[in-house]
Amino acid sequence: MTEPLNPTGQPQLHILEPQIPSSSTTASDQRAQRSSRRAFLFKLSLLLNGAVGVVLAVPILGYLFGPAFRRDATYKNWVSLGPIANFPEGQTRLADFRNPYTTDADGATSNIPCWVRHIAGHQFQVFAINCAHLGCPVRWFPQSNLFMCPCHGGVYYADGSRASGPPERGLFEYQYTVVNNDLLIFAGQMPTLSNHACVEKPLIQIEPALPAHADTQPFAKTDPRADA
Amino acid sequence: MSRLKQSAIGIYAWFERRLGLEKPLLEAAAHPTPPRSASWWYVFGSGATVLFMLQIVTGILLALVYTPSAAEAWSSLQFLDHQITLGWFLRAIHGWGSDFMVAIVLIHMAQVFLFGAYKYPRELTWILGVFLLLFTLGMAFTGQVLRFDQDAYWGLGIGASIVSRVPFIGGPLVHFMLGGPILGGQTLSRFFALHVFIIPGMLLGFVALHVWMVLHLGVSEWPMPGRIVSKATYDREYHELTSKDGVPFVPDAAWKDAVFAAAILLAVMACALFFGPFGPSGQPDPTIIQTAPKPDFFFLWIYAVLAYLPPELETPFLFIAPVVVIGAMLLLPLVAGEGEKHWSRRPVAMLMVSVIAVALGVFTHLGTFTPWSPIMDAWSGAPTPVACLQGRSPLERQGALVLQNKQCRNCHALGGAGGLRGPALDSIAARMTEDQMIRQVLQGGGNMPAYGNALSPAQTRALVAFLMTLRGNNLSPAVDGSHVLSQSEATPPSSQSPSGSTPSTQ
Repeated sequence: MTEPLNPTGQPQLHILEPQIPSSSTTASDQRAQRSSRRAFLFKLSLLLNGAVGVVLAVPILGYLFGPAFRRDATYKNWVSLGPIANFPEGQTRLADFRNPYTTDADGATSNIPCWVRHIAGHQFQVFAINCAHLGCPVRWFPQSNLFMCPCHGGVYYADGSRASGPPERGLFEYQYTVVNNDLLIFAGQMPTLSNHACVEKPLIQIEPALPAHADTQPFAKTDPRADA
Repeated sequence: MSRLKQSAIGIYAWFERRLGLEKPLLEAAAHPTPPRSASWWYVFGSGATVLFMLQIVTGILLALVYTPSAAEAWSSLQFLDHQITLGWFLRAIHGWGSDFMVAIVLIHMAQVFLFGAYKYPRELTWILGVFLLLFTLGMAFTGQVLRFDQDAYWGLGIGASIVSRVPFIGGPLVHFMLGGPILGGQTLSRFFALHVFIIPGMLLGFVALHVWMVLHLGVSEWPMPGRIVSKATYDREYHELTSKDGVPFVPDAAWKDAVFAAAILLAVMACALFFGPFGPSGQPDPTIIQTAPKPDFFFLWIYAVLAYLPPELETPFLFIAPVVVIGAMLLLPLVAGEGEKHWSRRPVAMLMVSVIAVALGVFTHLGTFTPWSPIMDAWSGAPTPVACLQGRSPLERQGALVLQNKQCRNCHALGGAGGLRGPALDSIAARMTEDQMIRQVLQGGGNMPAYGNALSPAQTRALVAFLMTLRGNNLSPAVDGSHVLSQSEATPPSSQSPSGSTPSTQ
């Protein structure tokens, strides 16, 4: 740095003074110094520390990014939402379950709510609580047969298909099955657009007539591309 | 007495001989400052630093009690607020200190921009400052997460939903952010580490470099119209300015910094005392879904911007806009490192600051009352105004009941009460004909869901009959232009003569 640049006069120059003699050595001396044994050992020590750093980085990065590279399937499991008698036919009810992957530190946060729509017999739809837009909790209004989101006004019909607002798809659905009159769902991770592929659905869905043998077990109605 | 003094000097000399700090500190304190820069406009940087120190001290004190576990964080804040002596006050100071710090950092940045102080040779000081702004916002956001209430829980859910939209690596990124498959204990631990170790550590390092560069390069001189910054001449000009009539930083400029620091600390304490701590709101229990999550004050504008974007633009905007904005801020001093410093010669700069300030203000204001969010309990909480029911037929009153029971009020206001997501219905019949209403109700469209499946024909008839009575201050009802045209073609021209319309005009 040139002197005028320094607003305080020249205090830094005084500090730097002890190092100045080294710069006054001749070019050949410097070359000799660079190729000396000590300089070589110093470079070798740098190389050694670089190698140790790389080795050290493996456990650090593995620890840090562990959750990112774990496969989704290892988090998920079948969990019970209770007997199907709790879900009257033709109604949509709020249920909750303890997330299968959890620790004590999770506290109440691993009690995950979901909406259960009992269509008929053993035919259900189990919707995630999270709006497909930005994850806010949707609420069911039986009077108008709509799910509404309090955040940006996403609205879904009773079958979870998108009705209006910013969501680009219908509600996320869990895979389900009925075992011994218990409703089980395949759950374990927060549903987002990244783990539930966007399936193009028409804005207004006309429900197909219920198949005669709707209670075939296990019956799973879900996105074909979900949980891929 | 003199012996005591002698021994004190002796002890000082012992330390000074070993530390050697006297000379550099004295020189730093007395470094010459351009005379006009010893100004009240130059106090915001030191103000932000003082607030940062306050945040460190109060943050450490809060960490004595706070439990960074998703199971216990919320109750530890209750304990802190109600059981620990002055715990609420410390929380309030930390919360208000955070708001003040973001505000002062933004003001500091606007002042540096308008004074052209980012130009040569202070480009790197500005670039580090941009990172300091980002770290400060990062502290504000992670601090809001540590409050770990309902808003924090669902706010993190929104964050995860945004991250999930990153192409290709969205899924792993969500798990990396949450520390697991769901929002829970490991999520809070991660944000605790960010808020308490990682970001403050980087802030300390960057603040130290930022302040060092201010000392090393000197305080930027007061801008004068026509005094052009040029790399070839600036160093000489600045040296002349400071060596000829520069004033020592301490005390000529420092007393203003000190007064401002005291004022800002008092203001934080006053706000803490009068308004108290922020939250926590409800428990972070996802099964309690009766909630409308909302971010803290300084992020309301982002909430508003997202709400007004067309849905198909959201994802590109979310990932491109921050890169462009931060990139522009970082590149600014490299692109415009020379030239005029004075604001009166930089109209584009003035315009930018004004537009950004107004935009942030408007979006923040919108974010405070969220006109895009349905009011989830308006249908049961906001009664139909009496004026809308007086003198109505039974069918119309039945329609008013349908309007309430089908949650229409959650999005549509009547008599000033109800949601603002859809248009207010007070004068709907003056804007829409009966046919248009039926179509809109049954098929939806715009931002409205179709009610065809939720309304019986009788309910639809009653609802539309009621809506047809809503004409505000007796406005004339909406008329289908094609009907008028077809009727006028069908009727003989005599009925269209001026005499026919005179009774209504007189």
